[in-house]
Amino acid sequence: MLSKKQARAFFLGGTVVTFLIFIGLTVYSFTKEQDQSNYGNITEQVVRGKKLWESNNCMGCHTILGEGAYYAPELTKVIDRRGKGYIKAVLMTPQPWQPNGRKMVAYGFSEQEAEDIISFFDWIDDIDLNGFDRVVSPLAKDKINN
Amino acid sequence: MKYKSQKVAYWFFALSMLLLVLQITYGFIMGFARVGLDGLHEFVPFNTARAVHTNLLVVWLLSGFMGAAYYIIPEEAQRELVSVKLAYVQLISLAVVGVVAVVGYHFNYWEGRKFLEIPRPLDYLVVVNVLLFLGLILVTLFKGKRKTTTALVLSMGLLFAALLYLPGMIPFDSQVMDSFFRWWVVHLWVEGVWELIMGGILSFLLIKLTGVDREVIEKWLYVIVGLTFLSGVLGTGHHYYYIGVNKIWIIVGGIFSALEPLAFLAMALFAVNMYRKGEKKHPNKLALYWTLGAAIVSFVGAGLLGFAHTLPQTNLYTHGTLVTAMHGHLAFWGAYAMIVLAIISYSLPNMTGRKLYDSSRGRMAFWMANIGMVGMTIAFGVAGVAQVYLERKFKMDFMQVQNEISIHFVVLIICATLFTLGITLYIIDFYKHGKPTNEALEIKG
Repeated sequence: MLSKKQARAFFLGGTVVTFLIFIGLTVYSFTKEQDQSNYGNITEQVVRGKKLWESNNCMGCHTILGEGAYYAPELTKVIDRRGKGYIKAVLMTPQPWQPNGRKMVAYGFSEQEAEDIISFFDWIDDIDLNGFDRVVSPLAKDKINN
Repeated sequence: MKYKSQKVAYWFFALSMLLLVLQITYGFIMGFARVGLDGLHEFVPFNTARAVHTNLLVVWLLSGFMGAAYYIIPEEAQRELVSVKLAYVQLISLAVVGVVAVVGYHFNYWEGRKFLEIPRPLDYLVVVNVLLFLGLILVTLFKGKRKTTTALVLSMGLLFAALLYLPGMIPFDSQVMDSFFRWWVVHLWVEGVWELIMGGILSFLLIKLTGVDREVIEKWLYVIVGLTFLSGVLGTGHHYYYIGVNKIWIIVGGIFSALEPLAFLAMALFAVNMYRKGEKKHPNKLALYWTLGAAIVSFVGAGLLGFAHTLPQTNLYTHGTLVTAMHGHLAFWGAYAMIVLAIISYSLPNMTGRKLYDSSRGRMAFWMANIGMVGMTIAFGVAGVAQVYLERKFKMDFMQVQNEISIHFVVLIICATLFTLGITLYIIDFYKHGKPTNEALEIKG
């Protein structure tokens, strides 16, 4: 029968080993050869867009890369779905915005800010998402073709 | 109650109850918005309500964990807390940081990163607050007459939780890396170190309530927390399948996520078996309800529903849908909310000297809250599965789908009302116990 000492060794040993593997895999997945996060294409404009995305808590309603609040549409591949003109209009409008009855805060971004956010979306769209982008994007393309 | 300083726990629990009420209120704001009743949009848009709802959850659970530690550590270490005054300073500063953050969310003052919305300057205050808390707990433990496994596991969980807050504070230009390290905090908290805290509290409660030998309970505690880390650390990979990192995570995350329910199953079996083995003499049956309930519901909510959602083939379609909300609600309720309510139910009569654990109000609170939460989980689940099929299989537009599934949010609101009635009864019970008193020191319990 298992003793308390053995149980403790199992806990400590298991924790140390799995954590070391975890750190190893983290380093591995961000090495240049393995990286698929489109890191090299981040520009200053993309970073500005990301800051606007965060400082307005867009994730509090929308999702991006599948992460967010499920209250408003997924924005990965949104440029495919809606086109840049439409997105720019939504971001810049000072009028309350209510597509299909669900309200969005009217942020009234400047043209520069809207372009920064679009540039952030553009960068997102080139990330290799292991197939998730295909779950989201064919939908978009079908819509456009219709 | 054995030590005067344990009374400080009461005020942490009281803060927890207050924040829980606020959390539920903001939950209702979101639920009503989803069925089109969004009259508060100008003042509390959905993203504000959402940030408040999830952050209050984290803060009231942390306040509950801290209260649990202030109650458990003196009793386990067999000495008074090193400084009661500093514990009150820590309580007040925790409340102030929480209130400032929540008020700030109404004025666009936040970081906008899911679960970690607290703005950076307040992050530093959180760090100071947690360091003070850890200092008090660890010094008490270090100076104590004994260092039990229960106390060590609980303290280790609290210490790791503090350390793991740090990766969330590293700034990244890349959304992918930001997300990657955000999960170091969020996942490794809830599916890692928080389980140590839960295990520590569970072990303390089982020792007290069942009368089973400490050595037996603590041995199995090691096995359970061992299983938790063995599966949970690499199980973080299930958040990495589709956010723009290497495919290796699909394999690693898939395998280890599938093992995660084992830790929860072990915890449920452990709690039920210890109860069966025990003498069943302890009169506080309500605390026992909540304790066994936490172990069983966490297996269903965190273990089984988590497993259903984290298979890579399923997650490809459920990622970023209401299916996550289904799993999230029952998992947090079972694993963490219920264990906090369990330690409150156990310690309150001991701190106040009022033994109200035979009331039917307490049992009603337990059943109404649980049935309500299971109903909410089902409503989220049906809405989520319908969303997956309509949006991702049949390629319907997002808002069209939202209109189709809005009826499930009516069900959600009805179930949430039942849940709220249960919580209201629990809080009435809390209030009826009155304030903690030194006279309770003479009462055995």
